[in-house]
Amino acid sequence: MTALLATDGLSKRFGGLLAVDGVCFEVPAGQIRAVIGPNGAGKTTLMGLISGRLTPSAGHILFNGRDVTRQRAWDRARSGIVYTFQVTSVFPELSCYENVALAAQRQLTRGMFGQLILDEKRLGGRVREALRQVGLVDVETQVASALPYGHQRLLEVAMSLALEPRLLILDEPTQGLANAEIDTLCAHVREIAARITVVIIEHNMPVVLDLADWITVMERGAVLAEGPPAQIAGDPDVQRAYLGT
Amino acid sequence: MSAGRLRRILVLHLAIVGALFAVQFFLPDYHHTNVARILVLATFAIGYNLLFGYTGLMSLGHAMFFAAGMYACGLCIYYFNVGAPGGFALGVVAGGTLAAVFGLVALRTSGVSFLIVTMMFGQACYLTLLYFNEITLGDQGFTLSSNLDALHRAGAGLAYSDPDVKYNAAWLVFTGAFLVSALIAASPIGRVLIAVRGNEERTRLLGYNTFAYKWLALCLSGAIAGAAGAAYAVLFSYVGASFASILYSIYPLLWTLLGGAGTTLGPLLGTGIMFYLIDITSGWTNAYLFVVGGSLLALVLWFPQGVMGAVRARWARWLP
Repeated sequence: MTALLATDGLSKRFGGLLAVDGVCFEVPAGQIRAVIGPNGAGKTTLMGLISGRLTPSAGHILFNGRDVTRQRAWDRARSGIVYTFQVTSVFPELSCYENVALAAQRQLTRGMFGQLILDEKRLGGRVREALRQVGLVDVETQVASALPYGHQRLLEVAMSLALEPRLLILDEPTQGLANAEIDTLCAHVREIAARITVVIIEHNMPVVLDLADWITVMERGAVLAEGPPAQIAGDPDVQRAYLGT
Repeated sequence: MSAGRLRRILVLHLAIVGALFAVQFFLPDYHHTNVARILVLATFAIGYNLLFGYTGLMSLGHAMFFAAGMYACGLCIYYFNVGAPGGFALGVVAGGTLAAVFGLVALRTSGVSFLIVTMMFGQACYLTLLYFNEITLGDQGFTLSSNLDALHRAGAGLAYSDPDVKYNAAWLVFTGAFLVSALIAASPIGRVLIAVRGNEERTRLLGYNTFAYKWLALCLSGAIAGAAGAAYAVLFSYVGASFASILYSIYPLLWTLLGGAGTTLGPLLGTGIMFYLIDITSGWTNAYLFVVGGSLLALVLWFPQGVMGAVRARWARWLP
């Protein structure tokens, strides 16, 4: 089986710092892949390169067999690589509905002027479907800034889903959530992963071991180890670098 | 957005346009001309608001688009006797084209840098008008009334000095800009512009080429400002470089802030209030700018979102 996503010798240099150093990272379709590693290991930078927020200093990115290294961020989002931010970044002054509509209308229209007229019924259906998947239908008219933090994170996920991703990158989705909210989020992620390939950056090890099919461990910009959860949890190198035991 | 909300928006905007048309039959002469002038200046503010209010790009050089429209229209009427409609069309094209070219350079910057770049280009345009004084007659200015009257007598144009013609032409220009801005604001494009204002990077990762949207907003904004400048030249007959000065870049900012940035009704309201504030207070005292400044301070302190911004936040969240 060919990988949905593959990077080849991917590097990113910030001045004197090599944040990502020749990473070869492959994710087969249908997997939940966790990326773990200590702070500053280059996880978010790697995802930035994959989503197009950052341009690589060297290397290639293949998505679905196509080289997307030079593709701009907005085109990548359209072709199915969707990134949700580490820091919550919903549009605070817009309602939940409007937030998700922004994502959904992109997939319903062609070009800029296609957006002057849009089938609002069809859009509404898409928006509600995305909100339903994260359990936020009841609050669609609320302004995003009025939502509790946990719901704002779910709203982010709903926005990403409305983009109809093929690869969904979740950057520390459980950060700052209470235990009950983490359980809800994990349940949603598992549901989503039935249809969509998921890459999740996460520090919370119980969540990682529970969700991931396969784990990539990063350290100092490079891949330290890869394998199924059981193997990674028992790897002495990983324990030294990350688990601290 | 629900169909109900869209219908409400449509009805409200058409009602306002209708009311502005009807009011000409009741206004005394003095206010009749004033309102015509307000409508043209509000058109300028509507253009400014598309860029500043909705897209979040603050410009201090918008006088250049107003002046581009004014001079393209004015010079062609003055030298080549093109009629007012042709001059007006040229004005719109000039404002839009200048914005399109300028945008390719200026939109590489953002925030304060964008503000400074717009201001510098605005000043450069102003000085250019003065530098080519022999052609532009920039420092003294010139009037179009003799050209337009001659055209009218030859049966090739309306009598733009006639108050009724003036009012209705101003109303027509305003209505066009007003409805375009409402259409944009209520459409999915408006939602994207607001998103760019809120968080550009997030918008990019939602699949939008944000540069293209900012450029579109700037082009429209420039074209509408150009339309206002051209209409001003025809209807109030005077063309001069003072309209390209920094003062005319600050005015639309003040009008928009006063009325409510990022609201469709704000520019009209802000322009009207400011116009009459100056008109009335200058009748009382020479120090009328104190009153104007004081009311602006009060606005910033108590209604930072402007009049319509406050109305929307309190009573009518559905307003675009």
